[in-house]
Amino acid sequence: MTAMGDGEMAGRYCSSVVTAAAAPTNVIAPRRSVYRHMVELWSYRELLGNLIRKELKVKYKKSSLGFLWSLLNPAMYIVVFTIVFQVVLKANVPYFPIFLLSGLLAWTLFATSLGGATGSITGNHTLVNKVYFPREILPLAAVGANCVHFVLQGIVLIGAIALSPVDFDLRWLWLVIPTMLVLLIFASALAIFLSAVNVYARDTQHILELALLAWQWLTPMIYAWRLPADKLKEHGITTSLLLLNPMVTIVVTMQRALYGQHLQDGKQMLPTGGQWWYLRNLGITGAGAVILFILAMRLFSRLEGNFAEEL
Amino acid sequence: MGNAIEVDAVSKKFRLSNDRTNSLKERAIRIGRRSPRTDFWALRDIAFDVPQGSTIGLLGHNGSGKSTLLKLIGGILRPTSGEIRRTGRLASLLELGAGFHPDLTGRENIYLNASILGLSKRDVDLRFDDIVAFAELEKFIDQQVKHYSSGMYVRLGFSVATNVDPEILLIDEVLAVGDENFQRKCLDRIKQFQRSGVTIAFVTHSPDLVRQICDMAVVLDEGRQVIHTEPKLAVRAFREHLLERAGLIADQADPDRPHGEVVRITGVTIEYPEAGRPYVRNGEPVTIRVAYDAKERVEDAVLAFALHANDGHVVFGQNSWGLGKRLVLDGSGEVAFKMEAVRLLEGTYPLTINVHPRLGGEMWDSREQEEHLDVLNEEGNFAWGVADVPVTLVSDAAREAHEVDRR
Repeated sequence: MTAMGDGEMAGRYCSSVVTAAAAPTNVIAPRRSVYRHMVELWSYRELLGNLIRKELKVKYKKSSLGFLWSLLNPAMYIVVFTIVFQVVLKANVPYFPIFLLSGLLAWTLFATSLGGATGSITGNHTLVNKVYFPREILPLAAVGANCVHFVLQGIVLIGAIALSPVDFDLRWLWLVIPTMLVLLIFASALAIFLSAVNVYARDTQHILELALLAWQWLTPMIYAWRLPADKLKEHGITTSLLLLNPMVTIVVTMQRALYGQHLQDGKQMLPTGGQWWYLRNLGITGAGAVILFILAMRLFSRLEGNFAEEL
Repeated sequence: MGNAIEVDAVSKKFRLSNDRTNSLKERAIRIGRRSPRTDFWALRDIAFDVPQGSTIGLLGHNGSGKSTLLKLIGGILRPTSGEIRRTGRLASLLELGAGFHPDLTGRENIYLNASILGLSKRDVDLRFDDIVAFAELEKFIDQQVKHYSSGMYVRLGFSVATNVDPEILLIDEVLAVGDENFQRKCLDRIKQFQRSGVTIAFVTHSPDLVRQICDMAVVLDEGRQVIHTEPKLAVRAFREHLLERAGLIADQADPDRPHGEVVRITGVTIEYPEAGRPYVRNGEPVTIRVAYDAKERVEDAVLAFALHANDGHVVFGQNSWGLGKRLVLDGSGEVAFKMEAVRLLEGTYPLTINVHPRLGGEMWDSREQEEHLDVLNEEGNFAWGVADVPVTLVSDAAREAHEVDRR
């Protein structure tokens, strides 16, 4: 090595000494707290961004239409479901494309996030086996990448709203923000949970597919809330029962904010409560999602110690 | 100066199972039955500190737990009990290019890989040119990594990992791969790191490397810490341990060994100058005894031996014909090669024995690198390399150095 090379290294050393002073001590122990985990996750936020970017890049690398594909998917949904429900089955939902998309996009974000997250640790086993970083980043990156798709697909919805003569009620729009927040916490909790479980039981992926299929049809997005609610009322059962499914709260609130209250066959399609009613339900679901998230992190940190040996 | 790494009573238990129960169905079937898994302690009660800026070697044969220990230090595995405290930015050369995505370009992979190692985009921007230059990939950096050769892949991985300005560097036998040129470059880079105060922990089964670059070494055997001491003593402990073990294994002869229909080598013993001391010091005599069994009488057999260096090159070889002898073998017997003085420096030299007819054409039997000749330096011999050549220094400028200072 030349003297110059050494000088260069010495210069570098100085800069790294500065960071060394700030470098915290990492403790690698059998367990660690959720709080420490969260702190560490935050310090790796840039990696999260990079992994999300990677997923999107890899997905669209070789396709000539690129991001347009994510727009075509909801567009296709509109065409097919409009034909089936409005034309063939005569469901009589006014402005059906807007109704459909306002609930369906949130659901798609949820379902594709879980699908991507479940295999995220097993699929990245070379990385998990060789390099340390907080592993929760992998399922979270799957959620993040699908958020980007959600935003893009939102363009289709905005386009549909702009093109149709529907009266858009701006006073309800703000509900989108807390709804999305609750949805993201709930989806992240399940994503973290499923990705860890899948390392130990690989059929989680298949079970998830079936569960999501059933779950989707149990959630009013292709039909309106009114349908199951009326059935329950006929039997004298409270409609709150429907709200036990957290996705019902989320989807219905999205529909109320982006689609609004409309009449189908002379009856109101969505719950008739005011904004406080919606917000209260969101609050309950959100609290449940936060508890679920903490539990998922705890389970994850118990299981992750042996990821490298199980993969 | 504080410690960069503190390993505190660390144990790691693995659960072994004959076939993994990775599906729910199998788990459901097994519920209520005793788990077929057995516990296996990969590491038991390991404890040592690594001061900042020093280099520690983790020495052990395969399966001793040294790679598991490195993974624990790196945080890839979590200990079953005990804890490890680590201060400083970590980079690991566990596998070069782990996490490269084949569909992304070299440039994109550098940013991704560096952020996995904990670098921000700004950090990478500053180092980007250095990384590319060290990997010698200027022309290919905007190509997808899947079009890279394996050499280019490894170079890029090494370049990213070592350009992140680590304060702690973990190395897992990566120096064993790649061509000689690249290995030298890696070694140079490691020595640079040492000079600039980086703490290094590396795993190896090469005692020579430990002696070359370590300040301290830990010898592991079956998950237990045999010794934690200076490299020289550690290497000696490692050798003695290995030899004890070899003595146990030697009894189980390998049934798949080829040849041996005409003349078979039935045993090789290295006779060290002192009983109970399984090594030779520079310049001392050693005898290699080869026991043979000839199924038929052969008139002009040649018996050859060769000592190898760690990289496989022959350091020294000789045979019976070269020594001016014609061997007439019939039935079983013994041939001894008496080396009057072993003019080699400290190291482990694998030994190969061959027996073949003088005119060649076939190999009757061959025993490749199953035995090792162990050489330890005389106290006060600080020469390096392979050959031991006595040297004296003559100069008016020369003064006697004190023994203490030289250490």
